[in-house]
Amino acid sequence: MAKVTVDGIEVEVPNGATVLQACEAAGKEIPRFCYHERLSVAGNCRMCLVEVEKAPKPVASCAYPVADGMVVKTDSPIVRNARRGVMEFLLINHPLDCPICDQGGECDLQDQAVGYGMDHSRYREAKRSVKDKYVGPLIKTIMTRCIQCTRCVRFAAEVAGVPELGATNRGENMEIGTYVEKALTSELSGNLIDICPVGALTSRPYAFVSRPWELRKTEGIDVQDATGTNIRIDTRGPEVLRILPRINEEVNEEWMADRGRFSFDGLKRRRLDRPWLRVDGKLKPVSWGEAFAAIAARLKGLPGDRIGAVAGDLVEAESLFALKALMARLGSANLDCRQDGAAIDASRPDFYRFNTTIGGIDEADALLIIGSNPRHEAPVINARIRKRWTAGRFPVGRIGPAGVDLTYPHQHLGEGPATLRTLLDGTHWFTEAFRAAKKPMVLLGRGALARPDGAAVLAAAWQIAAGADALRPDWHGFNLLHLFGGQVGALALGFLPGEGAKDLGAMLGGGVDVLWLLGADGIDPAAMPPETFVIYQGHHGDRGASRADVILPGAAYTEKDGTWVNTEGRVQRSHLAIYPPGEAREDWRIIRAASEALGATLPFDSLAQLRAAMPLAEGLVRGFAADAAGPAGDPAALSDAPFAPNLANYHQADVISRASAVMAQCATTYGEASFDTAVAVAAAE
Amino acid sequence: MALSDKDRIFTNLYGLQDWRLAAAQKRGNWDGTGGILGKGRDWIIEEMKSSGLRGRGGAGFPTGMKWSFMPKQASERPHYLVVNADESEPGTCKDRDIIRHDPHTLIEGCLIAGFAMGAHAGYIYIRGEYYNESRVLDAAIDEAYAAGLLGRNAAGSGWDFDLYVHRGAGAYICGEETALIESLEGKKGMPRLKPPFPAAVGLYGCPTTVNNVETIAVVPTILRRGAAWFAGFGRPKNSGTKIFCIQGHVNKPCNVEEEMSIPMRELIERHAGGVRGGWDNLMCVIPGGSSTPLLPKHICDDVLMDFDALREHKSGLGTAGVIVMDKSTDIVRAIARLSRFYKHESCGQCTPCREGMGWVSRMMDRMVEGRAEIAEIDVLEDVTKRIEGHTICALADGGVWPVQGLIRHYRPVMEARIADYKARHAAPAALPMAAE
Repeated sequence: MAKVTVDGIEVEVPNGATVLQACEAAGKEIPRFCYHERLSVAGNCRMCLVEVEKAPKPVASCAYPVADGMVVKTDSPIVRNARRGVMEFLLINHPLDCPICDQGGECDLQDQAVGYGMDHSRYREAKRSVKDKYVGPLIKTIMTRCIQCTRCVRFAAEVAGVPELGATNRGENMEIGTYVEKALTSELSGNLIDICPVGALTSRPYAFVSRPWELRKTEGIDVQDATGTNIRIDTRGPEVLRILPRINEEVNEEWMADRGRFSFDGLKRRRLDRPWLRVDGKLKPVSWGEAFAAIAARLKGLPGDRIGAVAGDLVEAESLFALKALMARLGSANLDCRQDGAAIDASRPDFYRFNTTIGGIDEADALLIIGSNPRHEAPVINARIRKRWTAGRFPVGRIGPAGVDLTYPHQHLGEGPATLRTLLDGTHWFTEAFRAAKKPMVLLGRGALARPDGAAVLAAAWQIAAGADALRPDWHGFNLLHLFGGQVGALALGFLPGEGAKDLGAMLGGGVDVLWLLGADGIDPAAMPPETFVIYQGHHGDRGASRADVILPGAAYTEKDGTWVNTEGRVQRSHLAIYPPGEAREDWRIIRAASEALGATLPFDSLAQLRAAMPLAEGLVRGFAADAAGPAGDPAALSDAPFAPNLANYHQADVISRASAVMAQCATTYGEASFDTAVAVAAAE
Repeated sequence: MALSDKDRIFTNLYGLQDWRLAAAQKRGNWDGTGGILGKGRDWIIEEMKSSGLRGRGGAGFPTGMKWSFMPKQASERPHYLVVNADESEPGTCKDRDIIRHDPHTLIEGCLIAGFAMGAHAGYIYIRGEYYNESRVLDAAIDEAYAAGLLGRNAAGSGWDFDLYVHRGAGAYICGEETALIESLEGKKGMPRLKPPFPAAVGLYGCPTTVNNVETIAVVPTILRRGAAWFAGFGRPKNSGTKIFCIQGHVNKPCNVEEEMSIPMRELIERHAGGVRGGWDNLMCVIPGGSSTPLLPKHICDDVLMDFDALREHKSGLGTAGVIVMDKSTDIVRAIARLSRFYKHESCGQCTPCREGMGWVSRMMDRMVEGRAEIAEIDVLEDVTKRIEGHTICALADGGVWPVQGLIRHYRPVMEARIADYKARHAAPAALPMAAE
């Protein structure tokens, strides 16, 4: 520890800390532009200059290491003069376009100019103007506003792992750009908007939409991947205008994936805003009462065994719990939440969780990825892995399709389960590095289980982890990476076939007469027998709704108070930011109302009562089973079929993003629009 | 008491003899190099310290002390010697003559310096425009390898030393030691933050010392003739001999090796044939390359050419590129040209330099015409003060010092020019009426 005196206040900071950290420990605010806690230190904006006794000139506090006995002044005439000077230099070539700048009101330059700048300008020369650059459909650039802090360059190179941004030219002609004009290929590009301290990089979809002080801010959880990113939903009136990440060191730090950030315009398109009933083969708008009556009529006299329910990927825990309770009252245990048919063993939570935890990645010292592309499936988690890789000594092996760029170098071990066999018997060369690690991680993609030999893949992955001694009370190295925010919650609540009950396959194979799809859009409509009466409850007119006999309009994740469980098993709550459109309602209320209409009234009248009955406590419980028994499944049953990519198209992987014009634009730009998706979208329309 | 020929280190500075190895050895280069190395690392560094040699690249940091900052114990990280031959300071051309006419002084110095700092590899970063010089240097290095003076067991010393030449791409900033290292690593030449200093984290993250060509080239002779010999020239703390580059309004511009602390007037009159039109026609002198503030004639009359004497007059010895300007000079325009140079060469990393140099340059351009207000001279000076000392490297300091020197010594000239411009551009007097 080093003792540092900042403006007469004595603080103790660890050796190796910077002067800026010491000043913050002493409660002094140091203005800065280029410095960012999560990026390397550039020290180029010169705004954080402070006076250090015995130093010949002011030092950049962000980069200067502390020494024991150092005396720092943050408010001396020298410091004030230096700051005023830097502020003036930054402003001489910065356009005075705050009134039309989208950063206005949340601009570091604006705030610090008020706090540390001069009250007038002495600059009489012509101002510099810089040509705007195209960096893709998500980010709008107004490069004249750029103050060359290089935060974006460092973010792209260090966190996102796509070193596509850089500075060209010298001196006052220095410009930030992509060298050759192109769209940035990062799934984390939206974070550039957040880290840009001025209005040079702003959100293209949000351009000229709103001012920050007009927005109502609601805390939420991103459900469009399984990371459980903490978000802030900014709304004005009945509209979501933008979504920003919140800081949560254990989950997303302060980053967010592009699909979650930019696809909210899909919340306004293709919405189910009133109940529908299929009459004579055609959907017809009806009232809630009529819709419930139609369901009641169809269910009348039907044994519970002939009723089934399937949960989708974006459903919050409350409605899952309510629907499970309703099905129980109707005498049915025909439940399934695995639309993809993944062979998940839910008999123990650690069989289907990301047990290492996202924060735990920082401690890991070897990683084996099986059948997953975390860059597309969970970009924020991938950035965490990259961060660990950057720290050094972190061998990464991957089994899956060849030619995948994870943003960090890794060994491509093979394309299919054949490699798993050699890893199991220890004959694969990677085994040695993996077993030598003290805290090895196996990262298994959920998609690798959605195949005929899924159970065998699961068992093999578990045994590989066990073989590397990764399943210890102090280190659980088995991780399943799910794809969407509602998947783990459904598993945790046991939304799975009960004893002797029918699973998804059996239900689709004519096992049930009435099928209740709760946001389930992952099933091919053609796979459902024509005589099955399908109730679709959800928020978007996608695949499920196109096949439905009754449509019950529900709420999207921004429109309800919900409980979400991320891939780690972390239970988090989100809040209602806007009301569901039209006659749509929060899903648990729909189920509660339906239960009354079906004569099976559920015993809760409020969200509080429901939550009290629901066995999910907020937070993360890390459970370790004492016995070493692994998930059911026989590794001997491994096939030779190579693993396929789990997401065909990153930007259009769920119903919300499929309805989003911004994501459609991205899919076009990045050339990922697959024929499948186009067909699905056309079908929904 | 000018430097006598027997005390010259660069005996072929003018290229009158051959630069090749055989001729260089006749001049005494490579004489007993292995023996010098045999005296050990500590002896060399101590000898360098007592010789009082200060870095010849401009900053004047004591060389022996700089070498002693290198870690004593070799770790798994190799040590590197980097020689800064990116001589880009306007008014300076001494390294060029060393490289093209006396390259073996440099190469021998590299081996000794490399040994003294535990480096098995040295890199000479040569200015891109010095194409012919780099050809000479390459050939000289090849000769040295062929003669066993470099490579394994260099010069029979038992020390392995490899020397590489890397050509720059024409950026002034790459003469800054950390920007040079960045450039050498293949990145954009932008200075690094210090600390850590190169002696701890330098080239490829390894301990590195960056020295000027002249600094390294004088080392072998100092060690052969003894520290006391070298320390015998010049005033205390400013000892040794130095190559001065005299140019501008003199009758015979030249490079000359002279004793430190020689009076400026003697230097100009003895070696450069005096100021054009006589000493009294002198207006001012920039004593140490373009980044040092100018000195008007009354200071030049008796100032000594060394680090401390020039510092007393708020200028500096810099690289000893003496730019002489007689009374025909438009001094405002001359300094405005320098401002434009520094604006062009700013790397663009730090705010004050990136934004400020353009501002200063544009204001200076207006000052040349006089298209300004008198009060703007104060703004100009204040802007230079807000740039100075607030940046990562010293380019910005060097860029504003000439302007500060101009304002310090020639403010009346600037004011007169503004007044003159105002007079010429005054609102035209009312037209005389026909009736008058």
